Parts: sequence; C-alpha cells; structure tokens
Amino acid sequence: MIRFESITKAYPDGTVAVNGLDLEAPTGKLTILVGPSGCGKTTSLRMINRLIEPTSGTIYLDDQPTSGMDAALLRRRIGYVIQHAGLFPHRTIVDNIATMPLLLGESRQKARHRALELMERVGLPETFANRYPWQLSGGQQQRVGVARALASDPAFMLMDEPFSAVDPVVRAQLQEEFLRLQREIGKTIIMVTHDIDEALKLGDQVAVMRVGGKLAQMATPSELLTSPADEFVADFVGRDRGYRSLGFTAAAGSVAVGEEWTVQLGASAAEAQAKATGAWVLVVDAGRRPLGWAQPEQVHGELRKEHLNLSGTSAQASGTMRQLLDAALSSPSRRGVVVNEHGELLGTVTATDVVKAIEAEPHLETAR
Amino acid sequence: MNFEWLGRQFDNIVFLLGWHVLLAVTPLILGLLIALPLGWWAHRSRRIYPFLVGVAGLLYTVPSLALFVLLPVILGTKILDPLNIVAALTIYTVALLVRVVADALDSVPQDTVQAAKAMGYRAYQSLLKVELPVGVPVISAGLRVAAVSNVSLVSVAALLGIPQLGSLFTQGFQLRFFTPIIAGIVLCVVLAMILDGLIILLNRWLTPWTPKVVAS
Repeated sequence: MIRFESITKAYPDGTVAVNGLDLEAPTGKLTILVGPSGCGKTTSLRMINRLIEPTSGTIYLDDQPTSGMDAALLRRRIGYVIQHAGLFPHRTIVDNIATMPLLLGESRQKARHRALELMERVGLPETFANRYPWQLSGGQQQRVGVARALASDPAFMLMDEPFSAVDPVVRAQLQEEFLRLQREIGKTIIMVTHDIDEALKLGDQVAVMRVGGKLAQMATPSELLTSPADEFVADFVGRDRGYRSLGFTAAAGSVAVGEEWTVQLGASAAEAQAKATGAWVLVVDAGRRPLGWAQPEQVHGELRKEHLNLSGTSAQASGTMRQLLDAALSSPSRRGVVVNEHGELLGTVTATDVVKAIEAEPHLETAR
Repeated sequence: MNFEWLGRQFDNIVFLLGWHVLLAVTPLILGLLIALPLGWWAHRSRRIYPFLVGVAGLLYTVPSLALFVLLPVILGTKILDPLNIVAALTIYTVALLVRVVADALDSVPQDTVQAAKAMGYRAYQSLLKVELPVGVPVISAGLRVAAVSNVSLVSVAALLGIPQLGSLFTQGFQLRFFTPIIAGIVLCVVLAMILDGLIILLNRWLTPWTPKVVAS
C-alpha cells in the first residue's frame, strides 16, 4: 500500500504543485493519477520515490514513512518506468534489465538469468539480449523499460506516462499486454497519464486531479463515468461518457444473437445473391472466421477479396455492450458481427437489439 | 634532403622524438584528470558553467611562449626545466577540456539520468557508471583536438632550448639547412596522426554501443 497523507509541494516562487493530497493506493492494485497538465500528477508520483521532496506531509510505503529512509535504498525497492523508457544507451538490453538486481548485490549470472526470463515475459525475443537500445523500436524499448522495472521483483511500481510516446496501435498492444502481466504479478502500481481513456481502460481505481494539485475524485472507472463528483470531473471524463460507460457493462448473454447466412471467397454471384439479407452478405473463411461484408450486386463471376468491405468491427459475445453496439453501428449492413473467443462467427446483432438490452439492464447506473 | 645527415643524427632524432611524446602526452593525461572534476562542476551548476568556461577560454588565449617564460617565475622552477612545458600544456589541455567534459555530461539524455537516479544509483555511481560512459564520444572528440594541439605547441619550447622535435626547427634555422626542418615537420605530423588514431581506437573500444555509421 502507498499512502499520501496531506502532501503539499510548494516551490519558492509560490507555485503550489500539489496541495494537501490524501490518497491511498491499495496493495496489488493499479491506481491511476490522471488530470490536465499542471495538475501535479507527475510531481505526486516523483515524491513517492523522493525524486522530489514534499514540502509537508508524509508518504507511507506499507505504513513506513518514506521520509526517514535512505533515498537510494528506497528507490531500489520501487520499480520505475518513464515515458521514453530512459534506457541506458551504453548497455545491452539484458544488462539494462539486470541493472536493479546488480545494484542490490545479486551475482552477475543470476541477474542476467532473471533478465532473460523477464524478456520472455514482456514479449521480447531472446535474440535481442545482446543488442543495444538504439537498435530497438520505441515500443520494444518500452517493453525493456517495463522489464527493467520488474527485474528486482519490487512490491511497488511507479509508471510515468509509460505508453504515451508510442503510436496508437503499439500503445493499445502494450496496454493489453501490461494488463495481462499485472493480472499475473499483482504489483502495487501508481501510474500517471493525461489520457483519460488509458486511465479508464487500465485502472482499478482512478484519481482525477485538478490544476493546483488537488484531488477531484477517486473512484473506479465505471463510477467516474456514471457518477462524476462535479462538473470538472464530468468534463474531463468526456462528452461521450454515456457511450463509454457501456465499455464497463458486460454483454454476457443479454443480447439475442441472430443467425446470419454466410458465403466463402470464391462463391458465385448467384450464391452470394441467394445468401444475402438485404444488400449485404457476410463472407467468412473456412474456419468460419468473418472476413468482411460484400454486396452481391457488385460481384460479377466469383466473389473475390476486393469485393470485401472491411469497415465493420466484430465483438466477442463475452465482451462489453460498447463493443456489441460498435459492431452494429460500424457494419455496412447495420448487423454487427459477433464471434466467440476463437474468433469464429456466432451470428449478428442489430443496434436496436443492443439498445433494448441496455434499457432492460437495471444496474447500469452505477457499478458501486 | 640530406639523408646522410639524417643517418648520422638518427639517435639524436629518436631522443628528441621521445621527449616530444613525453611532453605532449603527459599534459594530455594530467589535463583530462583535472578537467573531469572541473567539467563535472560546470555541468552541475548553471552559475559556475559560464565562469569556468570563460576562464578556460581566456587561459587558452595566453600565448604559449609567454606562459613558458612566466611559469618558472610562478612555480619557482628553472627556465630549462621540462616541468614548465608540462605545466603549461596541462593548462591548455584543461582549458580545452573543461567545456568538453561539461558538454559531454550535458549530452547524456535527461531520461537516462533520471532513470539512473530513480533506480537507486547514488550520485557518484550514476556519474561513474552511466553519465561518464555515455559521454565518452564527446570527451574523446575533445581529446583529439587537445592531442593534436599539444603536439604542435610542444615545439615552441625549442625557443627555450628544451629538447624535443622543435629543436630540429631552430637547428635548421640557425644552419640555413632544410633537412632537420623537414624531418621535424614530418615527425610532428606523423606523431599527431598516431595520437589521433589511438584516441579513435580507444573511443571505439569504450563505446561498442554507438550506432555504426554506414559508409555511403
């Protein structure tokens, strides 16, 4: 557990970065500090491992005040991940990861062994072990950064905008992987981000901070969306929060999935015409995995790849209402593709079906 | 070119070359050792930086001959003592390298320095294990300039009668005889190139991690 007790950071010029912050990050959970720039979220984070010293107040690590500890020794107990990874350019990947164990007095061989294990864990091929950071892409460097923070198996981790310097596709991938990893390792983590979507996606609990370094609200993601404490939080959480809160409502069986006829690539125009509902027919591969929608009237001869419209998303039956609704809305046929966990087609849903199911959900208001 | 003269003077020329190497390289090493803490100080304090770099620049503008003559007075050494040359060239090397070391430490990415601190490196550990190693390419670039400059400055000491390759210039001038002058120039150039090459090799050995530049 990491606990802030009326922490204030004021600078000599009178700027107050953090103002009387009380906060508790429970053991084994991922707590996210989010807010606009200038809200003191990064300052708050850096006060935990004393890269910045608070002006007043105390931070506790498992009920021990950090102020009395040796700063370097305190930092060696806490994993730290930053925006651009901050790798040591003069060390190989494996040596970068082994940094903390070596500092803590592990033998070189043990530290390297542990580093190789972690590389596998964060999805880096072993062939990268003896490369240098400049030879890796931004996303790969960030994985090394995460592995390095985990190398000494610290109970606590601090992450400062860890995924914001990579492109959106890689970011989403890193976020997914990180969530999976955290489920396995259950560290006590505090992460800073300016991206509310990232906060809602990753956080077990989210602390929204406002400019001037005050806590506006601390709640679970779905609480933030459904009952923001005030106008500032509501604004910050965003305009389409009604839609986004559906991302926290499990669809699990509440929406009836309709049957959908399908064709495969290579089918004749006549077959596609016969299987179509309205103007569109769903095309699947041999394993019944959806490939896309096609309009039979545009098909002459046989159905080929270039006839496919790929605009529709697909939702897992075990996913959220948001994914189901998005599948329906993004589909050119207005029928959303629903698949099982192996990506095989189960059927389709319409937006009307999903909305009906949402209206029927009594517990949608809050997940408290 | 009088090769017969060169043959006769061979032992003497080797002796002069030996002194030249000693007088050029010793100050290079001493200068680097002194410039490291000074450069670190300049890097650490934004207020000290302009002062140290300014003083260093001023020192470099003092004519070498003047320094060779002045130093015995300050140090209490004899005018013919080679120590004067070592001291003077050390001052020039420090003057060149203070800024280089400060800039080398400044060149280390902020993220890297912050990560080192956050992972629990103490300040001296971070300096020795992260900041200095990462600053090596910048430092060795400065060291190359200082090495070549020292080789050429040493020869001025010939005017004071301290033996090194510069003695060949004065000798040739007095005898109106070009052979020693040409030999001196060639040896100085070769010596400078060898020192330069050694520093390049040392840099390569210390920095296997820098991106390899692809020849295009």
